[in-house]
Amino acid sequence: MKTLLVAEFREGKLRVKYSQLIAFAQQQGSEASMFLVGAPGDLPQFNGPLYLADVAKYGEYNPSVHKQLLLDVIAKEQPDQIVFHHSSYGWDLAPRIAVALKAAQIAEVVAVEEGLPVVPVCNAKLRRKIKPTTAQTVLTLQAGAFGLEDDPVGTPTVVAIDADAAGKVQCTGYEAAKIEGVDLTKSEIIVSAGRGVGKPENVAMVQALAKALGGEYGASRPVVDAGWVEHNRQVGTTGSTVTPKLYVACGISGAIQHLAGMKKSEFIVAVNTDKDAPIGEVANVLVVADLKQFLPVLTEKLNAL
Amino acid sequence: MNILICIKQVPDMESKFKINGEGNWYDRADLAWRMNEYDEYAVEQAVRLKEQVKDADLTVLCIGPDQVTETMKKALAMGCDRGVHIADADSYKREPIEIASMIASFAKDKNFDVIFTGMQSQDRGSAQVGVMVAELLGIAAVTTIVGFAYDNGTINVKRELEGGSKALVTTTTPVVLTCQLGLNTPRYPTLPNIMKAKKKELLTLAADAGSVGSRQETAAFYFPEKKGGGIVLEGDAAELADKLIHLLKEKTGVLA
Repeated sequence: MKTLLVAEFREGKLRVKYSQLIAFAQQQGSEASMFLVGAPGDLPQFNGPLYLADVAKYGEYNPSVHKQLLLDVIAKEQPDQIVFHHSSYGWDLAPRIAVALKAAQIAEVVAVEEGLPVVPVCNAKLRRKIKPTTAQTVLTLQAGAFGLEDDPVGTPTVVAIDADAAGKVQCTGYEAAKIEGVDLTKSEIIVSAGRGVGKPENVAMVQALAKALGGEYGASRPVVDAGWVEHNRQVGTTGSTVTPKLYVACGISGAIQHLAGMKKSEFIVAVNTDKDAPIGEVANVLVVADLKQFLPVLTEKLNAL
Repeated sequence: MNILICIKQVPDMESKFKINGEGNWYDRADLAWRMNEYDEYAVEQAVRLKEQVKDADLTVLCIGPDQVTETMKKALAMGCDRGVHIADADSYKREPIEIASMIASFAKDKNFDVIFTGMQSQDRGSAQVGVMVAELLGIAAVTTIVGFAYDNGTINVKRELEGGSKALVTTTTPVVLTCQLGLNTPRYPTLPNIMKAKKKELLTLAADAGSVGSRQETAAFYFPEKKGGGIVLEGDAAELADKLIHLLKEKTGVLA
């Protein structure tokens, strides 16, 4: 089997998570080559052919041009599978490749079982194992689902590539993440509010518990999007990745984007009315309760200690 | 301007799911249905664009069984002008390329300037359909937008990236834009607008799956194994609080 891995380059740097792509190919026992629109001075640690297009010429985000560069490599390499990260770069480019190749695309692969990719359905409440019926397949891998034990090593054999294609969009720059104010990555105790808090007034219960525990409060994405908690307190893929000694998830069902940002916490307590919520998979303790009744009682008892 | 908004009807994600008889999807019975959350942002952005440019026509499109027209009525009440329902009782089984082909075959001769859709659905979550529609139509697509500005044919968007930074992207019409949560604040339909929506055109078309065949099959559909290990506490609030405090004292140093 031959696998073509699509690495990423953004804001002037190689994205280091490319090692997850290598881990996936290794797990499959597959021969691997790599594709990157990047810089010759910032190469991945990888033993194998690296098809490298110069980012100075082709841009960091220029989908129709990157598509053409990649299709040219696919025509030459004839890989059985083309593997992306399930990321803002991967889910943007992968469907373009799948359409061009008329190949099955399988998105957000979390595991491979009996040789077949498995993807989450309904916020990870369910799983679907998929059998592609095309010769080539396009896969995107969920962040963190595959990983190497050690840092990757090796030196790629660079094959410089070029393409003659016109872009349809123009990336003019980046807006940095707002990091003023609280930095949750430095907090040892975090109590986070999820959609289950129900209304903005109830965020105060989460804040009170955080205070009683001597920690900070955070939130999952829906609560931040609703404007109930400021963005610098968001935990998850597009917020902070935290590893506190204690993480208390209040009314958070456990979408994968949230889990990715907190599952490495030392001790996790989840408060949820739904015993089957995915947050239960990472929680050391799942308190099955309505947070509106439970949090005030817990806070009062902690304050009395 | 001619604008298309593609939406999907999905179950409430807090539902208790069961697996269907064929073992290839969740059982559709006894679920509460709503508009895919990402698509609410797509509808809202289209309505705001119309409020800005005044001269615009908003078509909302949805594929699925007859019950999806209930969700389409919400989009009409939010401000879409007309609805196109592609009747397809099998839509839940269709993979992204099939859905995208049905949308593209509807859109190909309609000259839409902008096609808005959610960046993914809450149930299938493939994040493929929007981009595939653009590729099939041969037009530009920008995914995962959290910011949008239109000025005389030029569109400036912000793409959300991992870690919280955003890419600033400029494009022109025609374009497909896939909307991320937080792009705007979707409005609640007002009662007068709900009444007005009942009179808006809602056309039902027969599904034309076209020549695109299936490229994948569902080999298994199941609940993930519980990893276990976690302690589950149930009971009344005071009892739960005592048990939890006891556990925190025993297993962590945070109450020391």
